[in-house]
Amino acid sequence: MSLSADFLWVAIHIALGVLSLAFLMVTWRVLRGPTLPDRVVGLDALVVIAIGFIATIGIKTGFTLYVDIALALGLVGFLATVAFARFTLSLQGKIQQQNDEQDEREENEGKGA
Amino acid sequence: MRTLIFRAIAPYLTALMLLFSIFVTLRGHNEPGGGFIGGLLAASAFALYGIAFGVPEARRAMWFHPISVAGTGLLLSAISGLPSFFRGTPYLTGIWTTAPVFHFDVATIILFDLGVYLVVAGAFASIALALEDNGER
Repeated sequence: MSLSADFLWVAIHIALGVLSLAFLMVTWRVLRGPTLPDRVVGLDALVVIAIGFIATIGIKTGFTLYVDIALALGLVGFLATVAFARFTLSLQGKIQQQNDEQDEREENEGKGA
Repeated sequence: MRTLIFRAIAPYLTALMLLFSIFVTLRGHNEPGGGFIGGLLAASAFALYGIAFGVPEARRAMWFHPISVAGTGLLLSAISGLPSFFRGTPYLTGIWTTAPVFHFDVATIILFDLGVYLVVAGAFASIALALEDNGER
Protein backbone atom coordinates (compact mmCIF):
# COMPACT_ATOMS: atom_id res chain seq x y z
CA MET A 1 0.00 0.00 0.00
CA SER A 2 1.37 3.41 -0.95
CA LEU A 3 1.70 6.28 1.48
CA SER A 4 -1.23 8.25 0.01
CA ALA A 5 -3.54 5.24 0.24
CA ASP A 6 -2.49 4.71 3.85
CA PHE A 7 -3.14 8.35 4.61
CA LEU A 8 -6.58 8.19 2.98
CA TRP A 9 -7.43 5.05 4.99
CA VAL A 10 -6.46 6.75 8.28
CA ALA A 11 -8.31 9.95 7.33
CA ILE A 12 -11.49 8.06 6.45
CA HIS A 13 -11.47 6.12 9.70
CA ILE A 14 -10.83 9.24 11.79
CA ALA A 15 -13.71 10.93 9.94
CA LEU A 16 -16.03 7.98 10.59
CA GLY A 17 -15.10 7.99 14.29
CA VAL A 18 -15.68 11.73 14.67
CA LEU A 19 -18.98 11.50 12.79
CA SER A 20 -20.13 8.63 15.02
CA LEU A 21 -19.30 10.67 18.12
CA ALA A 22 -21.21 13.67 16.69
CA PHE A 23 -24.14 11.39 15.84
CA LEU A 24 -24.33 10.08 19.42
CA MET A 25 -24.07 13.58 20.94
CA VAL A 26 -26.77 15.00 18.67
CA THR A 27 -29.00 11.99 19.36
CA TRP A 28 -28.64 12.71 23.07
CA ARG A 29 -29.67 16.33 22.40
CA VAL A 30 -32.70 15.20 20.38
CA LEU A 31 -33.82 12.84 23.16
CA ARG A 32 -33.07 15.28 25.97
CA GLY A 33 -33.77 18.66 24.31
CA PRO A 34 -35.72 20.77 26.79
CA THR A 35 -37.88 22.45 24.13
CA LEU A 36 -39.29 21.52 20.73
CA PRO A 37 -37.01 23.87 18.72
CA ASP A 38 -33.98 22.20 20.34
CA ARG A 39 -35.17 18.85 19.01
CA VAL A 40 -35.87 20.29 15.55
CA VAL A 41 -32.38 21.79 15.30
CA GLY A 42 -31.01 18.46 16.56
CA LEU A 43 -32.83 16.57 13.79
CA ASP A 44 -31.44 19.02 11.21
CA ALA A 45 -27.94 18.39 12.58
CA LEU A 46 -28.60 14.63 12.33
CA VAL A 47 -29.39 15.07 8.62
CA VAL A 48 -26.15 17.00 8.11
CA ILE A 49 -24.15 14.28 9.91
CA ALA A 50 -25.88 11.60 7.83
CA ILE A 51 -24.80 13.49 4.68
CA GLY A 52 -21.25 13.47 6.03
CA PHE A 53 -21.49 9.70 6.65
CA ILE A 54 -22.77 9.05 3.13
CA ALA A 55 -19.99 11.15 1.58
CA THR A 56 -17.32 9.37 3.66
CA ILE A 57 -18.68 5.93 2.79
CA GLY A 58 -18.76 7.06 -0.86
CA ILE A 59 -15.06 7.92 -0.73
CA LYS A 60 -14.30 4.63 1.07
CA THR A 61 -16.13 2.41 -1.42
CA GLY A 62 -15.46 4.53 -4.53
CA PHE A 63 -19.12 4.64 -5.65
CA THR A 64 -19.82 8.13 -7.04
CA LEU A 65 -23.50 7.30 -6.75
CA TYR A 66 -23.38 8.17 -3.03
CA VAL A 67 -22.90 11.84 -3.95
CA ASP A 68 -26.35 11.86 -5.55
CA ILE A 69 -27.87 10.29 -2.45
CA ALA A 70 -26.19 12.94 -0.28
CA LEU A 71 -27.53 15.69 -2.58
CA ALA A 72 -31.08 14.33 -2.44
CA LEU A 73 -30.88 13.97 1.35
CA GLY A 74 -29.63 17.55 1.65
CA LEU A 75 -32.53 18.94 -0.37
CA VAL A 76 -35.20 16.86 1.39
CA GLY A 77 -33.65 17.44 4.82
CA PHE A 78 -33.94 21.18 4.31
CA LEU A 79 -37.61 20.74 3.41
CA ALA A 80 -38.13 18.70 6.59
CA THR A 81 -36.56 21.42 8.74
CA VAL A 82 -38.68 24.10 7.07
CA ALA A 83 -41.83 22.02 7.63
CA PHE A 84 -40.89 21.57 11.31
CA ALA A 85 -40.36 25.33 11.65
CA ARG A 86 -43.75 25.90 10.05
CA PHE A 87 -45.32 23.41 12.48
CA THR A 88 -43.68 25.10 15.46
CA LEU A 89 -44.98 28.50 14.31
CA SER A 90 -48.57 27.28 13.93
CA LEU A 91 -48.35 25.47 17.29
CA GLN A 92 -47.18 28.70 18.96
CA GLY A 93 -50.05 30.59 17.29
CA LYS A 94 -52.56 28.09 18.66
CA ILE A 95 -51.16 28.30 22.20
CA GLN A 96 -51.24 32.12 21.99
CA GLN A 97 -54.85 32.03 20.80
CA GLN A 98 -55.88 29.71 23.64
CA ASN A 99 -54.20 31.97 26.20
CA ASP A 100 -55.96 35.04 24.74
CA GLU A 101 -59.32 33.29 24.89
CA GLN A 102 -58.71 32.25 28.48
CA ASP A 103 -57.73 35.82 29.45
CA GLU A 104 -60.86 37.16 27.79
CA ARG A 105 -63.06 34.65 29.61
CA GLU A 106 -61.47 35.52 32.95
CA GLU A 107 -61.97 39.22 32.25
CA ASN A 108 -65.62 38.67 31.40
CA GLU A 109 -66.13 36.63 34.57
CA GLY A 110 -64.52 39.45 36.55
CA LYS A 111 -66.97 41.94 35.04
CA GLY A 112 -69.94 39.66 35.76
CA ALA A 113 -68.98 39.43 39.42
CA MET B 1 -43.87 31.89 6.05
CA ARG B 2 -42.74 35.52 6.02
CA THR B 3 -38.98 35.07 6.42
CA LEU B 4 -36.69 37.13 4.21
CA ILE B 5 -33.85 34.58 3.96
CA PHE B 6 -36.18 31.68 3.25
CA ARG B 7 -38.17 33.64 0.67
CA ALA B 8 -34.99 34.76 -1.06
CA ILE B 9 -33.59 31.23 -1.33
CA ALA B 10 -36.81 29.27 -2.00
CA PRO B 11 -37.04 29.91 -5.81
CA TYR B 12 -33.46 28.76 -6.36
CA LEU B 13 -33.92 25.67 -4.19
CA THR B 14 -37.17 24.83 -5.98
CA ALA B 15 -35.46 25.13 -9.38
CA LEU B 16 -32.53 23.00 -8.16
CA MET B 17 -34.85 20.30 -6.81
CA LEU B 18 -36.88 20.18 -10.05
CA LEU B 19 -33.67 19.92 -12.11
CA PHE B 20 -32.36 17.14 -9.87
CA SER B 21 -35.71 15.32 -10.07
CA ILE B 22 -35.54 15.32 -13.89
CA PHE B 23 -31.92 14.11 -13.75
CA VAL B 24 -32.82 11.26 -11.39
CA THR B 25 -35.83 10.31 -13.52
CA LEU B 26 -33.88 10.15 -16.78
CA ARG B 27 -31.04 8.15 -15.23
CA GLY B 28 -33.45 5.61 -13.77
CA HIS B 29 -34.41 2.06 -14.65
CA ASN B 30 -30.91 0.61 -15.14
CA GLU B 31 -29.17 2.74 -12.53
CA PRO B 32 -30.67 3.91 -9.21
CA GLY B 33 -33.37 6.50 -9.75
CA GLY B 34 -36.54 6.42 -11.77
CA GLY B 35 -39.97 7.95 -11.97
CA PHE B 36 -41.05 7.42 -8.38
CA ILE B 37 -38.16 9.06 -6.55
CA GLY B 38 -38.01 11.81 -9.19
CA GLY B 39 -41.69 12.52 -8.70
CA LEU B 40 -41.21 12.65 -4.92
CA LEU B 41 -38.42 15.21 -5.35
CA ALA B 42 -40.58 17.33 -7.66
CA ALA B 43 -43.48 17.19 -5.19
CA SER B 44 -41.21 18.29 -2.34
CA ALA B 45 -39.97 21.15 -4.52
CA PHE B 46 -43.54 22.40 -4.93
CA ALA B 47 -44.22 21.85 -1.22
CA LEU B 48 -41.20 24.04 -0.41
CA TYR B 49 -42.46 26.73 -2.79
CA GLY B 50 -45.91 26.49 -1.24
CA ILE B 51 -44.55 26.92 2.30
CA ALA B 52 -42.48 29.94 1.21
CA PHE B 53 -45.00 31.86 -0.89
CA GLY B 54 -48.38 30.41 0.05
CA VAL B 55 -50.51 27.75 -1.59
CA PRO B 56 -52.18 29.90 -4.33
CA GLU B 57 -48.76 30.98 -5.61
CA ALA B 58 -47.56 27.36 -5.71
CA ARG B 59 -50.71 26.28 -7.57
CA ARG B 60 -50.07 29.06 -10.12
CA ALA B 61 -46.45 27.88 -10.45
CA MET B 62 -47.65 24.38 -11.30
CA TRP B 63 -49.80 25.70 -14.22
CA PHE B 64 -52.14 22.71 -14.11
CA HIS B 65 -54.18 21.29 -11.26
CA PRO B 66 -52.05 18.63 -9.47
CA ILE B 67 -54.72 15.96 -9.95
CA SER B 68 -54.86 16.59 -13.72
CA VAL B 69 -51.05 16.27 -13.81
CA ALA B 70 -51.41 12.89 -12.08
CA GLY B 71 -54.15 11.86 -14.53
CA THR B 72 -52.00 12.79 -17.53
CA GLY B 73 -49.17 10.71 -16.09
CA LEU B 74 -51.46 7.69 -15.65
CA LEU B 75 -52.62 8.07 -19.26
CA LEU B 76 -48.99 8.24 -20.48
CA SER B 77 -48.07 5.12 -18.52
CA ALA B 78 -51.08 3.24 -19.91
CA ILE B 79 -50.28 4.36 -23.48
CA SER B 80 -46.67 3.16 -23.11
CA GLY B 81 -48.00 -0.43 -23.00
CA LEU B 82 -49.92 -0.16 -26.26
CA PRO B 83 -47.04 -0.62 -28.80
CA SER B 84 -46.52 -4.16 -27.46
CA PHE B 85 -50.04 -4.88 -28.72
CA PHE B 86 -48.82 -4.55 -32.33
CA ARG B 87 -45.77 -6.74 -31.66
CA GLY B 88 -47.82 -9.55 -30.15
CA THR B 89 -45.88 -9.38 -26.85
CA PRO B 90 -47.40 -9.10 -23.35
CA TYR B 91 -48.72 -5.68 -22.25
CA LEU B 92 -46.04 -3.19 -21.06
CA THR B 93 -43.14 -5.11 -22.66
CA GLY B 94 -40.25 -2.69 -23.23
CA ILE B 95 -39.87 -2.12 -26.98
CA TRP B 96 -36.78 -0.47 -28.46
CA THR B 97 -36.54 1.17 -31.84
CA THR B 98 -34.24 3.65 -33.58
CA ALA B 99 -35.58 7.08 -34.44
CA PRO B 100 -35.67 7.45 -38.27
CA VAL B 101 -33.83 10.76 -38.77
CA PHE B 102 -31.76 11.38 -35.64
CA HIS B 103 -30.46 7.79 -35.21
CA PHE B 104 -30.81 7.40 -31.46
CA ASP B 105 -32.54 4.58 -29.62
CA VAL B 106 -35.99 5.25 -28.21
CA ALA B 107 -38.01 2.95 -25.98
CA THR B 108 -41.45 2.77 -24.45
CA ILE B 109 -39.75 2.56 -21.05
CA ILE B 110 -39.00 6.29 -20.90
CA LEU B 111 -42.68 7.05 -21.58
CA PHE B 112 -43.66 4.77 -18.69
CA ASP B 113 -41.13 6.39 -16.36
CA LEU B 114 -42.29 9.89 -17.28
CA GLY B 115 -45.85 8.76 -16.59
CA VAL B 116 -44.90 7.48 -13.13
CA TYR B 117 -43.03 10.76 -12.52
CA LEU B 118 -46.13 12.82 -13.32
CA VAL B 119 -48.45 10.57 -11.27
CA VAL B 120 -46.26 10.74 -8.16
CA ALA B 121 -45.46 14.46 -8.54
CA GLY B 122 -49.13 15.35 -9.06
CA ALA B 123 -50.53 13.15 -6.31
CA PHE B 124 -47.98 14.09 -3.65
CA ALA B 125 -48.03 17.80 -4.56
CA SER B 126 -51.81 17.68 -4.25
CA ILE B 127 -51.55 16.13 -0.77
CA ALA B 128 -48.84 18.56 0.38
CA LEU B 129 -50.67 21.63 -0.89
CA ALA B 130 -53.97 20.48 0.64
CA LEU B 131 -52.26 19.98 4.02
CA GLU B 132 -50.62 23.41 3.78
CA ASP B 133 -53.94 24.98 2.77
CA ASN B 134 -55.61 23.96 6.06
CA GLY B 135 -52.90 25.38 8.32
CA GLU B 136 -53.11 29.11 8.90
CA ARG B 137 -50.26 31.23 7.56
